[in-house]
Amino acid sequence: MQPVATTFFFYFLAALTLAGGVLVITRKNPVHSALALIIALLAQAGLYLMLYAPFVAGVQIILYAGGIMVLFLFVIMLVNLERSQREEQFNKQWLLGIIAATALGALFITIFVRGRAIFPVHIAAVAEESNTQEIGLMLYGNYMFTFEIASLLLLVAIIGAVVMAKKRI
Amino acid sequence: MVPLSNYLALSGILFGCGVIGFLIKRNIITIFMSIELMLNGVNLSFVAFAAQWHALRGQIFVFFVMVVAAAEATVGLAIIIAVYRTRETLNVDRVNLLKL
Repeated sequence: MQPVATTFFFYFLAALTLAGGVLVITRKNPVHSALALIIALLAQAGLYLMLYAPFVAGVQIILYAGGIMVLFLFVIMLVNLERSQREEQFNKQWLLGIIAATALGALFITIFVRGRAIFPVHIAAVAEESNTQEIGLMLYGNYMFTFEIASLLLLVAIIGAVVMAKKRI
Repeated sequence: MVPLSNYLALSGILFGCGVIGFLIKRNIITIFMSIELMLNGVNLSFVAFAAQWHALRGQIFVFFVMVVAAAEATVGLAIIIAVYRTRETLNVDRVNLLKL
Protein backbone atom coordinates (compact mmCIF):
# COMPACT_ATOMS: atom_id res chain seq x y z
CA MET A 1 0.00 0.00 0.00
CA GLN A 2 1.27 3.45 -0.89
CA PRO A 3 1.89 5.77 2.08
CA VAL A 4 -0.22 8.93 2.22
CA ALA A 5 1.18 12.39 3.10
CA THR A 6 3.99 10.98 5.23
CA THR A 7 5.76 14.31 5.62
CA PHE A 8 2.70 16.04 7.02
CA PHE A 9 2.00 13.21 9.44
CA PHE A 10 5.62 13.09 10.55
CA TYR A 11 5.66 16.77 11.45
CA PHE A 12 2.21 16.56 13.06
CA LEU A 13 3.19 13.61 15.26
CA ALA A 14 6.61 15.08 16.00
CA ALA A 15 4.98 18.34 17.13
CA LEU A 16 2.58 16.39 19.37
CA THR A 17 5.45 14.39 20.87
CA LEU A 18 7.56 17.46 21.52
CA ALA A 19 4.64 19.42 22.99
CA GLY A 20 3.92 16.49 25.31
CA GLY A 21 7.58 16.20 26.30
CA VAL A 22 7.93 19.91 27.05
CA LEU A 23 4.67 19.95 29.03
CA VAL A 24 5.89 17.00 31.13
CA ILE A 25 8.84 18.99 32.43
CA THR A 26 7.14 22.39 32.72
CA ARG A 27 3.82 21.60 34.44
CA LYS A 28 3.71 21.92 38.21
CA ASN A 29 0.94 19.42 38.79
CA PRO A 30 2.13 15.80 38.39
CA VAL A 31 -1.28 14.74 37.06
CA HIS A 32 -0.94 17.22 34.20
CA SER A 33 2.58 15.91 33.56
CA ALA A 34 1.30 12.34 33.40
CA LEU A 35 -1.47 13.26 30.95
CA ALA A 36 1.02 15.13 28.75
CA LEU A 37 3.31 12.09 28.83
CA ILE A 38 0.41 9.88 27.68
CA ILE A 39 -0.13 12.21 24.69
CA ALA A 40 3.59 12.07 23.85
CA LEU A 41 3.60 8.25 24.08
CA LEU A 42 0.55 7.90 21.82
CA ALA A 43 2.05 10.26 19.22
CA GLN A 44 5.23 8.21 19.38
CA ALA A 45 3.22 5.06 18.68
CA GLY A 46 2.05 6.82 15.50
CA LEU A 47 5.68 7.49 14.58
CA TYR A 48 6.45 3.77 15.06
CA LEU A 49 3.62 2.97 12.64
CA MET A 50 5.19 5.35 10.12
CA LEU A 51 8.48 3.45 10.53
CA TYR A 52 6.78 0.17 9.57
CA ALA A 53 6.87 -1.23 13.08
CA PRO A 54 3.23 -2.10 13.91
CA PHE A 55 4.18 -4.59 16.64
CA VAL A 56 6.24 -2.03 18.52
CA ALA A 57 3.46 0.55 18.12
CA GLY A 58 0.92 -1.87 19.62
CA VAL A 59 3.22 -2.76 22.50
CA GLN A 60 3.84 0.96 23.07
CA ILE A 61 0.12 1.68 23.40
CA ILE A 62 -0.71 -1.39 25.49
CA LEU A 63 2.34 -1.40 27.77
CA TYR A 64 3.31 2.26 28.08
CA ALA A 65 0.11 4.24 27.64
CA GLY A 66 -2.07 1.51 29.08
CA GLY A 67 0.10 -0.07 31.76
CA ILE A 68 2.90 2.10 33.04
CA MET A 69 0.98 5.37 32.88
CA VAL A 70 -2.00 3.87 34.75
CA LEU A 71 0.48 2.75 37.40
CA PHE A 72 1.84 6.31 37.57
CA LEU A 73 -1.64 7.81 37.95
CA PHE A 74 -2.52 5.28 40.65
CA VAL A 75 0.59 6.19 42.64
CA ILE A 76 -0.15 9.90 42.19
CA MET A 77 -3.59 9.29 43.67
CA LEU A 78 -2.18 7.20 46.53
CA VAL A 79 0.08 9.99 47.78
CA ASN A 80 -1.23 13.23 49.19
CA LEU A 81 -0.81 15.73 46.38
CA GLU A 82 -2.30 18.74 48.18
CA ARG A 83 0.58 18.84 50.60
CA SER A 84 3.32 18.28 48.04
CA GLN A 85 1.70 20.81 45.71
CA ARG A 86 2.50 23.54 48.19
CA GLU A 87 6.16 22.60 48.20
CA GLU A 88 8.54 23.99 45.66
CA GLN A 89 8.39 22.01 42.43
CA PHE A 90 11.55 23.17 40.68
CA ASN A 91 14.99 23.22 42.25
CA LYS A 92 17.69 25.79 41.66
CA GLN A 93 19.49 23.74 39.04
CA TRP A 94 18.44 25.72 35.97
CA LEU A 95 22.06 26.53 35.13
CA LEU A 96 23.21 22.92 35.42
CA GLY A 97 20.20 21.75 33.42
CA ILE A 98 20.87 24.21 30.60
CA ILE A 99 24.60 23.34 30.56
CA ALA A 100 23.86 19.59 30.40
CA ALA A 101 21.28 20.06 27.65
CA THR A 102 23.62 22.29 25.62
CA ALA A 103 26.51 19.83 25.92
CA LEU A 104 24.24 16.96 24.90
CA GLY A 105 22.85 18.98 21.99
CA ALA A 106 26.35 19.92 20.82
CA LEU A 107 27.32 16.25 20.92
CA PHE A 108 24.28 15.25 18.86
CA ILE A 109 24.83 18.04 16.33
CA THR A 110 28.52 17.15 15.95
CA ILE A 111 27.69 13.52 15.30
CA PHE A 112 24.90 14.54 12.94
CA VAL A 113 27.10 16.90 10.91
CA ARG A 114 30.15 14.66 10.80
CA GLY A 115 28.29 11.42 10.18
CA ARG A 116 25.86 12.75 7.58
CA ALA A 117 27.31 10.41 4.98
CA ILE A 118 26.27 7.30 6.87
CA PHE A 119 22.63 8.38 7.07
CA PRO A 120 21.07 7.79 3.65
CA VAL A 121 18.17 10.04 2.73
CA HIS A 122 15.52 7.50 1.85
CA ILE A 123 14.01 4.94 4.14
CA ALA A 124 13.16 1.86 2.16
CA ALA A 125 9.88 0.16 2.94
CA VAL A 126 9.97 -3.18 4.73
CA ALA A 127 7.16 -5.67 4.63
CA GLU A 128 4.74 -4.83 7.41
CA GLU A 129 2.35 -7.69 6.85
CA SER A 130 4.74 -10.22 8.35
CA ASN A 131 6.34 -7.90 10.93
CA THR A 132 4.70 -9.37 14.03
CA GLN A 133 5.18 -12.91 12.76
CA GLU A 134 8.91 -12.41 12.17
CA ILE A 135 9.40 -10.74 15.55
CA GLY A 136 7.65 -13.66 17.20
CA LEU A 137 9.85 -16.17 15.37
CA MET A 138 12.99 -14.26 16.39
CA LEU A 139 11.86 -13.89 20.01
CA TYR A 140 11.24 -17.62 20.36
CA GLY A 141 14.23 -18.55 18.21
CA ASN A 142 17.46 -16.60 18.46
CA TYR A 143 16.40 -14.57 21.48
CA MET A 144 14.88 -17.38 23.53
CA PHE A 145 17.35 -17.01 26.39
CA THR A 146 16.92 -13.22 26.56
CA PHE A 147 13.17 -13.65 26.53
CA GLU A 148 13.33 -16.02 29.50
CA ILE A 149 15.61 -13.65 31.39
CA ALA A 150 13.13 -10.82 30.74
CA SER A 151 10.33 -12.91 32.23
CA LEU A 152 12.50 -13.62 35.27
CA LEU A 153 13.21 -9.88 35.60
CA LEU A 154 9.49 -9.13 35.56
CA LEU A 155 8.89 -11.75 38.26
CA VAL A 156 11.59 -10.18 40.43
CA ALA A 157 10.02 -6.75 39.85
CA ILE A 158 6.58 -8.00 40.91
CA ILE A 159 7.91 -9.58 44.11
CA GLY A 160 10.08 -6.54 44.87
CA ALA A 161 7.17 -4.13 44.41
CA VAL A 162 4.93 -6.17 46.73
CA VAL A 163 7.66 -6.45 49.37
CA MET A 164 8.46 -2.72 49.29
CA ALA A 165 4.95 -1.29 49.05
CA LYS A 166 3.39 -3.53 51.72
CA LYS A 167 3.32 -2.19 55.25
CA ARG A 168 3.90 -5.50 56.97
CA ILE A 169 4.92 -8.75 55.32
CA MET B 1 9.68 10.08 2.51
CA VAL B 2 10.94 11.50 5.77
CA PRO B 3 14.71 11.07 6.11
CA LEU B 4 16.24 9.19 8.99
CA SER B 5 17.95 12.30 10.35
CA ASN B 6 14.58 13.88 11.24
CA TYR B 7 13.72 10.92 13.41
CA LEU B 8 17.16 11.05 15.05
CA ALA B 9 16.82 14.78 15.73
CA LEU B 10 13.40 14.21 17.30
CA SER B 11 14.76 11.41 19.46
CA GLY B 12 17.68 13.60 20.55
CA ILE B 13 15.34 16.45 21.53
CA LEU B 14 13.14 14.04 23.49
CA PHE B 15 16.18 12.71 25.33
CA GLY B 16 17.28 16.29 26.08
CA CYS B 17 13.81 17.10 27.49
CA GLY B 18 14.17 14.09 29.78
CA VAL B 19 17.63 15.21 30.94
CA ILE B 20 16.44 18.76 31.70
CA GLY B 21 13.38 17.48 33.56
CA PHE B 22 15.51 15.07 35.57
CA LEU B 23 17.81 17.89 36.64
CA ILE B 24 15.33 20.69 37.39
CA LYS B 25 12.37 18.91 38.97
CA ARG B 26 11.99 18.23 42.67
CA ASN B 27 8.93 16.04 42.68
CA ILE B 28 10.12 12.43 42.62
CA ILE B 29 7.17 11.27 40.45
CA THR B 30 7.96 13.83 37.75
CA ILE B 31 11.62 12.80 37.86
CA PHE B 32 10.43 9.28 37.11
CA MET B 33 8.40 10.54 34.17
CA SER B 34 11.53 12.28 32.83
CA ILE B 35 13.32 8.92 32.89
CA GLU B 36 10.47 7.41 30.85
CA LEU B 37 10.84 10.30 28.40
CA MET B 38 14.56 9.52 27.98
CA LEU B 39 13.86 5.82 27.41
CA ASN B 40 11.31 6.73 24.75
CA GLY B 41 13.77 8.96 22.95
CA VAL B 42 16.21 6.05 22.76
CA ASN B 43 13.45 3.69 21.60
CA LEU B 44 12.57 6.03 18.74
CA SER B 45 16.12 6.00 17.41
CA PHE B 46 16.23 2.19 17.71
CA VAL B 47 13.10 1.83 15.59
CA ALA B 48 14.32 4.44 13.08
CA PHE B 49 17.59 2.57 12.57
CA ALA B 50 15.74 -0.74 12.34
CA ALA B 51 13.59 0.65 9.54
CA GLN B 52 16.68 2.09 7.86
CA TRP B 53 18.66 -1.12 7.71
CA HIS B 54 15.78 -3.58 7.36
CA ALA B 55 16.89 -5.22 10.60
CA LEU B 56 14.25 -6.50 12.99
CA ARG B 57 16.81 -6.71 15.79
CA GLY B 58 16.25 -3.04 16.59
CA GLN B 59 12.55 -3.64 17.18
CA ILE B 60 13.31 -6.64 19.38
CA PHE B 61 15.69 -4.47 21.38
CA VAL B 62 12.90 -1.92 21.84
CA PHE B 63 10.71 -4.71 23.17
CA PHE B 64 13.31 -5.58 25.80
CA VAL B 65 13.84 -1.92 26.68
CA MET B 66 10.10 -1.67 27.32
CA VAL B 67 10.22 -4.77 29.56
CA VAL B 68 13.03 -3.21 31.59
CA ALA B 69 11.14 0.10 31.75
CA ALA B 70 8.08 -1.68 33.08
CA ALA B 71 10.11 -3.47 35.76
CA GLU B 72 11.87 -0.24 36.68
CA ALA B 73 8.59 1.71 36.93
CA THR B 74 7.04 -0.98 39.15
CA VAL B 75 9.92 -1.11 41.62
CA GLY B 76 10.46 2.66 41.53
CA LEU B 77 6.83 3.47 42.25
CA ALA B 78 6.85 0.97 45.11
CA ILE B 79 9.88 2.81 46.50
CA ILE B 80 8.01 6.12 46.11
CA ILE B 81 5.09 4.73 48.13
CA ALA B 82 7.47 3.45 50.83
CA VAL B 83 9.29 6.81 50.96
CA TYR B 84 6.04 8.72 51.17
CA ARG B 85 4.79 6.49 53.99
CA THR B 86 7.86 7.07 56.14
CA ARG B 87 8.62 10.72 55.34
CA GLU B 88 5.31 12.24 54.18
CA THR B 89 7.03 14.09 51.36
CA LEU B 90 7.78 13.68 47.66
CA ASN B 91 10.51 16.29 47.58
CA VAL B 92 13.85 14.68 46.68
CA ASP B 93 15.78 17.35 48.60
CA ARG B 94 14.21 16.14 51.83
CA VAL B 95 14.99 12.49 51.16
CA ASN B 96 18.68 12.79 51.91
CA LEU B 97 19.13 10.10 54.55
CA LEU B 98 18.95 6.36 54.05
CA LYS B 99 17.89 5.81 57.64
CA LEU B 100 15.32 7.75 59.61
